[in-house]
Amino acid sequence: MTCQEMVEFLMDFLDDALPAEQSRDFQRHLEICPPCVAYLESYRETIAVGRQVCSGPGAPVPADVPEDLVAAILTATGKA
Amino acid sequence: MNSEPPASSASDERELVTRLRSGDNAAWETAVRTQGGRMLAVTRRLLRDDDDAGDAVQDAFISAYKAIDRFEGGSRLSTWLHRIAVNAALMKIRSQKRRPETSIEDLLPDFLEDGHHRDMPRPWKLSAHELLERDETRRTVRDLIDRLPDDYRTVLLLRDIEELDTRETADMLGITPNAAKIRLHRARIALRTLLDRHVMENSAR
Repeated sequence: MTCQEMVEFLMDFLDDALPAEQSRDFQRHLEICPPCVAYLESYRETIAVGRQVCSGPGAPVPADVPEDLVAAILTATGKA
Repeated sequence: MNSEPPASSASDERELVTRLRSGDNAAWETAVRTQGGRMLAVTRRLLRDDDDAGDAVQDAFISAYKAIDRFEGGSRLSTWLHRIAVNAALMKIRSQKRRPETSIEDLLPDFLEDGHHRDMPRPWKLSAHELLERDETRRTVRDLIDRLPDDYRTVLLLRDIEELDTRETADMLGITPNAAKIRLHRARIALRTLLDRHVMENSAR
């Protein structure tokens, strides 16, 4: 398996969706290729960072709806 | 679904749905006040602008009002409204096609003839947790996500941030589940490329 194929199959590997033989090839490649290990780790971190940025501490929290928006919505739906 | 505590219990919501379907004005005001905050948080996650986020919530309630008779109650009201809010935000993103847009190809890694990386991936010295302890990184990451081309940014936001599954994401975007999977992978690869530059610049400190 080439490094290019490793990137292509990376998501399937992490989702356990690779057929057994491809999964073995993938793991064997990781054993001999530190750059691909680095790539896999940074891909995993990328997913974690993306998730946490929008939902961790400091992320937007549910707010009260501003009164002018409440009024606008009720007017628009004819329910004011 | 993004794990925030529900604003009301399931039985409260069922009772509210009954009142909404009967056209009870006060019920609609209750719905806006109890559900609107979470919907606003959703649209703020997807859109970059507070005014746009507010507009999307307004659009969402208008859609909900028109569709309430078709709401079967198979899911919770809050879940249904969440989906409508996501859809309203997506429609707003679509209507705001950015020009010029970075090509996804520019953010994907290059490979040599023999299948090796052209630019050797290096280990990141900081973990996600360590990166995000710095406030500036949190803002930067959000900016980096927003630099992705819209078709890829929306899949990343729906799958990794709103935590919709592949099928729901594909339905919402009008693409096949396989296309959604491929776009998600490329979006993550592109974000990784952008993050790599940021991490490398900041690792020295």
